[in-house]
Amino acid sequence: MGSNSISKMAARHLRILSGCNGALLSVRFFSDSTLAQEPIASTAIDSASVSPSINTAENHSQLNNNKKHSAPSSLKHAELAKFSAIADTWWDAEGPYKPLHALNPTRLAFIRSTLCRHFRKDPYSARPFEGLNIVDVGCGGGILSEPLARMGATVTGIDAVEKNIKIARLHADLDPETSTIEYCCTTAEKLVEEQRKFDAVIGSEVIEHVADPAEFCKSLSALTVSEGATVISTINRSVRAYATAIIAAEHILHWLPKGTHQWSSFLTPEELVLILQRASIDVKEMAGFVYNPLTGRWSLSDDISVNFIAFGTKNS
Amino acid sequence: MPLTKHLSVAIIDSNPALGKSNFIKKEDPPDPRVSTVTPATISFFKEIGAWQYVQQHRHAYFDKMQVWDYTGLGYTKYNARDVNKEILGCVVENKVLHSSLLSCMQNTEFRKTIYPSRLTSMALLPSSSSISVDSTPSATTLFTKGHLAKLDLSDGKSLYAKLVVGADGGKSRVRELAGFKTTGWSYSQNAIICTVEHNKENYCAWQRFLPAGPIALLPIGDNFSNIVWTMNPKDASDCKSMNEDDFVKILNHALDYGYGPHPKSISSGSVDMFSWFRGDATLSAKECFEVPPRVVKLASERMVFPLSLKHANNYVSKRVVLIGDAAHTVHPLAGQGVNLGFGDASTLSRIIAEGIAVGADIGEVSLLKKYEAERKPANIVMMAVLDGFQKAYSVDFGPLNILRAAAFHGAQYISPLKRNIISYASGEQRLPLPLPLFT
Repeated sequence: MGSNSISKMAARHLRILSGCNGALLSVRFFSDSTLAQEPIASTAIDSASVSPSINTAENHSQLNNNKKHSAPSSLKHAELAKFSAIADTWWDAEGPYKPLHALNPTRLAFIRSTLCRHFRKDPYSARPFEGLNIVDVGCGGGILSEPLARMGATVTGIDAVEKNIKIARLHADLDPETSTIEYCCTTAEKLVEEQRKFDAVIGSEVIEHVADPAEFCKSLSALTVSEGATVISTINRSVRAYATAIIAAEHILHWLPKGTHQWSSFLTPEELVLILQRASIDVKEMAGFVYNPLTGRWSLSDDISVNFIAFGTKNS
Repeated sequence: MPLTKHLSVAIIDSNPALGKSNFIKKEDPPDPRVSTVTPATISFFKEIGAWQYVQQHRHAYFDKMQVWDYTGLGYTKYNARDVNKEILGCVVENKVLHSSLLSCMQNTEFRKTIYPSRLTSMALLPSSSSISVDSTPSATTLFTKGHLAKLDLSDGKSLYAKLVVGADGGKSRVRELAGFKTTGWSYSQNAIICTVEHNKENYCAWQRFLPAGPIALLPIGDNFSNIVWTMNPKDASDCKSMNEDDFVKILNHALDYGYGPHPKSISSGSVDMFSWFRGDATLSAKECFEVPPRVVKLASERMVFPLSLKHANNYVSKRVVLIGDAAHTVHPLAGQGVNLGFGDASTLSRIIAEGIAVGADIGEVSLLKKYEAERKPANIVMMAVLDGFQKAYSVDFGPLNILRAAAFHGAQYISPLKRNIISYASGEQRLPLPLPLFT
């Protein structure tokens, strides 16, 4: 009861802010959990059209119909097309995915640390995830899935882009340690329908590309066994993140193709914690990723103002 | 390290010392091929459990060092207590180091195989994206897909590996086969090495820079010392062929009054222009110049080696990494060469462990590049420093001699500088000056 009124207040505050500063601050989804929001079009940041619409019963049923026709409900089509175009470059460490390759060891360090502690695994073992079922949601070319498999986990990687799954499969077959990964071209929602369950569910650098983060988190939660782990990493919707992740990374340094990220799609840590809580996931730990331009390396830090990662557990 | 003990290792080396059981007779006089290991290297050996084997054989710790040149204008004395340590280094015969590492390896639990042959060829195909459904691919299939490197040995065997470490010395075959380019030049100097005997024990390392090159006298244990004398090639071959007594005479001459006078010690009473620099003075700043112990006789054959500087432009490529002399060869004047190599080995093993902790493929370039980023700058700086010394000391030119004398005095009396030099030479400090960028 209490949390509902707080979230309503938060939603009201955010709507007031959006009124002042249309283009930069668009409210994504804050509303009562019983009312489903229409997915906001990713490419049009137009203050006139972007206003949180409270669904009438009509819209609500329309959305339900969409679900029954099994269109990927939490994904944006424009986003899928973007990734499909550069699918061949996934494993080119110098290509457009270079920043992700550079970030990989750092996010794996956080995942290793939190999962070993949660599942009481030996942190000094070379294969600490032996016996764990992990799903990598939005696995892309398998950059995260492969190291997880090498650490002993039984990995399932899913992605909505067919080309990505093909590339991931080919690359994983090159090493006997990773050829056991199960790759499927599907969505989290479909996997939920198949009633799959995993010890750990990881959605790294995915939620910012998704139309309905709340639905996405609900799907992730449904895939997690009770007392299991959910790990999400994304970019903070802060002014600093706009300056670094969008202006610097896309326009100045050309690390990422222009348009890879939409600032309005970013989530703040508070928002993420809230929607995860509504999906029965308690966030236990959070850390930030910080890039050192002199050494070219990423490291874990307390600074969550740009990139951050959250670890939560599914309460029963 | 627990993270790496599941890795299987193949050692390809045709050195006969690896084959037979290593038995070093204690009565043998010391072999002239020795290395001076720094405290950093000693720590590394202790970490891997190999130092206990070194201690079972002859080894000589030293805590004092004196460096001067033929002009007699200055000298520097170093003492381990200047940096609150007990030793500056330890001189160990190479055969002792080999056998200790071999014993350590044999007594550690991990999968290892020794191949006593030479590498004839190495191949690594580019990654292919061929579509083939193979549930348990064989090593050959993995090689053809570009996932493993294939090595052919001189005895006809073939091996497949995820990572090839080239630790095969200055004339590295791995470096050649992998196509790494090198930069470098030969010093027009050869080093003549031998073991000598004194009437009493020696606990100090002595180095005197002569016009043609430095002569170093290093304690090796009991009453023996090791000589490393750098000079031009013609003189080196003369020294090698002359009779023993004559050679001992010219050795003593070179260490004592040859080529120039003894430097004068500055006694504490006289005017000391460095008094305001001194701050917290080092113990050795007050020590006087001493003449090294006299050589009584030669105790081994004389060996001659050419000297050069060589540096591989890159240390890593896909599935191949170079360490030690294969990556860099330096002038022996500061006894740093083998220590740089052990530093490489220590860093590489740590980087591999860190990679395994996050599920990386140990042969991938992005992981290996971390090793290169850590070692290359440090190695290059050390090479530059040593090369600088080599060049600075090979010119007999009045103003330069005075500059060198000033450098000796500076190092002797400016305590923070001396401490910095000792830390750097001991391997405790990566770079000569605390440059913030590289830390």
